[in-house]
Amino acid sequence: MKKFTKVTAAALAATLSLSLAACGSSASTDAASTASADGAVYRTLDEIKADGTINIGVFSDKNPFGYVDENGEYQGYDIYFGNRLAEDLGVKVNYVSTEAANRIEYLQTGKVDVILANFTVTPERAEEVDFALPYMNVALGVVSPDSSVVTTLDNWNADDQMIVISGTTAETYLTQNYPDIPLQKYDSYATAKSALENGGVAWANDNTEVIAFAKQNPGYNVGIPSLGSQDTIAPAVSKGNETLLNAINDEIKALGEENFFHKDYEATLVDTYGTDYESSLVVEGGVTSAN
Amino acid sequence: MPDLGLNVLFKGKNAARLLGGLWVALRISLISVVISIPLGILLGVLMSGKNPIVKAILWVYLEIIRIMPQMVLLFLVFFGTTRAWGWDLSGETASIIVFVLWGTAEMSDLVRGALISIPKHQYESSEALGLTKGQTYLYIIIPQTVRRLIPLSINLITRMIKTTSLVLMIGVVEVLKVAQQIIEANRMSSPNAAFGIYLVVFLLYFLACWPISLLASYLEKK
Repeated sequence: MKKFTKVTAAALAATLSLSLAACGSSASTDAASTASADGAVYRTLDEIKADGTINIGVFSDKNPFGYVDENGEYQGYDIYFGNRLAEDLGVKVNYVSTEAANRIEYLQTGKVDVILANFTVTPERAEEVDFALPYMNVALGVVSPDSSVVTTLDNWNADDQMIVISGTTAETYLTQNYPDIPLQKYDSYATAKSALENGGVAWANDNTEVIAFAKQNPGYNVGIPSLGSQDTIAPAVSKGNETLLNAINDEIKALGEENFFHKDYEATLVDTYGTDYESSLVVEGGVTSAN
Repeated sequence: MPDLGLNVLFKGKNAARLLGGLWVALRISLISVVISIPLGILLGVLMSGKNPIVKAILWVYLEIIRIMPQMVLLFLVFFGTTRAWGWDLSGETASIIVFVLWGTAEMSDLVRGALISIPKHQYESSEALGLTKGQTYLYIIIPQTVRRLIPLSINLITRMIKTTSLVLMIGVVEVLKVAQQIIEANRMSSPNAAFGIYLVVFLLYFLACWPISLLASYLEKK
């Protein structure tokens, strides 16, 4: 009986200290940086090489960037790069399935070495993790029916409504920059899609999404392929992991000389986006064109 | 019949992957059930005991686990232990720890509830009949408690099986995650696959939980 009480008390103490630890870390990034000071969080390049396996966090359900095919193998634009990165570092690769919501947490706890999960670079995220050079562009796009292609957002007819998905960057951008455009908001990709198909005027979303939509659905055209701020997709490592960050940056620069990411695009993305957008979506050698 | 996109199940190893995912979910929940039911019974007996300190500690434990969403517990155990002590638990181990903590807490409360629901006169009557304390528990109290516990604990077990769908958030690829992977990998070729695959997932969960419910009704009749 007494022994059991001790076990319970220990379990309770563990639970309590866990909750406290979590409160501390979610309030600020202090916990992560303190932990990295004693070198416990991330693995340096040498440690990864010594271990022989690099852990890369990817999406397992974001076709065509990172997904698992019918044979259980990881595939996609991010994976194509991940395989090459591991090969050039001379290590095996272990892919870890991550979600949009836990990518940063995985890096802050060192449970993966690199995130290659269609990770858009933002100033907020750059405070939590270190981004390497970019390998893809992302912006907003507007798709509309062929019968009346919307090519500009100026002189918007106030009777027309723009279709957006709630909570996306498209919604935020239009609310801030085009407050006069009435928005028709939907909760999911599927409902927004059917709204456009049933007489909608135009649909604003990530340009990769609208380009893919227009490619799959004849009769629609991406009148505005690139709207708003040009964001980039880049690999990310734990904050402060300089050796690995430098290795990835060197790798991306070196790969630029053989046009690696164009080959990656042609191998993984061309079926979804076609060749027209190759030059605007791909970032080669980490160099973004200022347009 | 509308196209449910079920043909994607027969591509490559998809069907086997889905069953593999179901096995991951069942493995996590069944290991947790096997550990947490005896632990929960012990704690439940302690909770209905007389020691105020033990009762207070167990009450705090129960309330913490009950109030906290399982998702938060999963994040705490998977990422929190790494942050706090540098432990590198695998996703599956972390899931089992959380499910054991949760299952034990809920089970102990069920046991406590079942025990205190036995009227006092049952104890008094047994004493009047000259039964020893051990005999009272063995022949009078425990059989009645167990009968009350069966439907409640079956409910808990099926709930634990279904809640394994959350462990995909800590990187464990179980049946629901495999389903999402299959749907997304085929989103161009069979856009309707979502309906069919989720229907199959529903059937798989049903097939996993139904025998447990059958067993429960069989035991209740006994």
